[in-house]
Amino acid sequence: MADSEFLFNMDHGYLEGLCRGFRSGILTQGDYLNLVQCETLEDLKLHLQSTDYGTFLQNEPSPLQVATIDDKLREKLVIEFQHLRNHSLAPLSQFLDYITYMIDNIILLITGTLHQRAISELLPKCHPLGSFEQMASISIASTPAELYNAVLVDTPLAPFFVECISEQDMDEMNIEIIRNTLYKAYLESFYNFCQNIGGATAEVMGQILSFEADRRCFIITINSFGTELSKDDRAKLYPRCGQLYPDGLVKLAKADDYDQVQNVAQYYGEYRNIFDNVGNGPSEKTLEDRFFEHEVKLNVLAFQQQFHFGVFYSWLKLKEQESRNVVWIAECIAQRNRGKIDNYVPIF
Amino acid sequence: MWADLGIGLAISLSVVGAAWGIFATGSSIVGGGVKAPRIKTKNLVSIIFCEAVAIYGIIMAIVLSNNIAPYDPMAAKNILRQNYFGGYSIFAAGLTVGLSNLACGICVGIVGSGAALADAQNASLFVKVLIVEIFGSAIGLFGVIIGIIQVSKSAMGNKI
Repeated sequence: MADSEFLFNMDHGYLEGLCRGFRSGILTQGDYLNLVQCETLEDLKLHLQSTDYGTFLQNEPSPLQVATIDDKLREKLVIEFQHLRNHSLAPLSQFLDYITYMIDNIILLITGTLHQRAISELLPKCHPLGSFEQMASISIASTPAELYNAVLVDTPLAPFFVECISEQDMDEMNIEIIRNTLYKAYLESFYNFCQNIGGATAEVMGQILSFEADRRCFIITINSFGTELSKDDRAKLYPRCGQLYPDGLVKLAKADDYDQVQNVAQYYGEYRNIFDNVGNGPSEKTLEDRFFEHEVKLNVLAFQQQFHFGVFYSWLKLKEQESRNVVWIAECIAQRNRGKIDNYVPIF
Repeated sequence: MWADLGIGLAISLSVVGAAWGIFATGSSIVGGGVKAPRIKTKNLVSIIFCEAVAIYGIIMAIVLSNNIAPYDPMAAKNILRQNYFGGYSIFAAGLTVGLSNLACGICVGIVGSGAALADAQNASLFVKVLIVEIFGSAIGLFGVIIGIIQVSKSAMGNKI
């Protein structure tokens, strides 16, 4: 009963209303048309002032850089997210914690520590949404063994580490493999968490997360062609919470080239559509772009239902996509190469 | 005893329904009102619909309590029968009104929450969702009507 529509509003009604308010501030197609017509970054700033972003670039010295725009966009997003997180109650607060970016931050810190970089260099590069208090303790470790203990004991990601990586692995494994293994454990754990909440949250998030899992499977497979990643190792990195489990994953593990991957995708309705019409020419979209489009479509659909947590996840993902779009347009303008400026993914 | 129980149920279940509806709608109005302040005043109509449910409960409780009268337990069989009937029918009417107002309050609350959020996105939707709310509010009215019919035949006291 709790967290279905009867009692949802008791704990989470205000935050859902607030999140939907944020969602209505996401840039529309009309805004993007205005932005692509800008000649300089100052024009871009002017156009952004009339949207929900307001005067967030006001105090930046000119000339404006794309990196500054990127930072400021992210900062605004983080402030809004922190506001939601601070006002939330369980289980929404746990849900919001799941969405944050700790894995990438930890991998960044681990890599930096293993290469003996100073912590002051690394901390600003971490994504602010994923920071947590024990981040500093990771950098104190100097050997992989210490690192493993530090991470295992102190960070909130400890349960994911325990499941997949032992101490020797830290030493030998490629950092990318660690990242992917962690991500797989995280995704499956998140999926189970949503299913336990039940109701509309389980339905909406189940769809989104299973697409995410399948997308990672495809991308891992395609990226591993030509590297020395063995097929068994590759199969260990596939998250199992998507539609591809179990048959598709078995086939993907055996795939040797892109055509075989495409054959696997033919069995599943939505993925067949994504793999069609993919190319690298000027008017065709890449596979990554098609995946982004599908993700945006699923996220927009999440707003059609009320009384579930999916709206928070979808809002965050859509805002990130919007940031990517704005930065892409800003880069095209700054480099005066307007050929691919229309390659942003429209949201509304 | 039954009659008093009925009156208690009428007012208490109605109030629970109204309160449920008000918190469901109110939190959505407040949340939506942060980014779309124009919805604040119009959406108070939803709250008023929920409140009406509690008012139905009070009115029925007063009407029902007017039917109660003391009687002599040693009286003749037909007077006793009439008083028992009166007690049971007041209980039934109270239960009817209470439960239907509970459902009505929850329904109007959830619809009102949807109305507030839809209004925040697109102002033309408010009137359309309000129509749904009006139908939901009719449920409470049905309960009151049936309750009144149920007690219309009851009479307590020492005379037939």
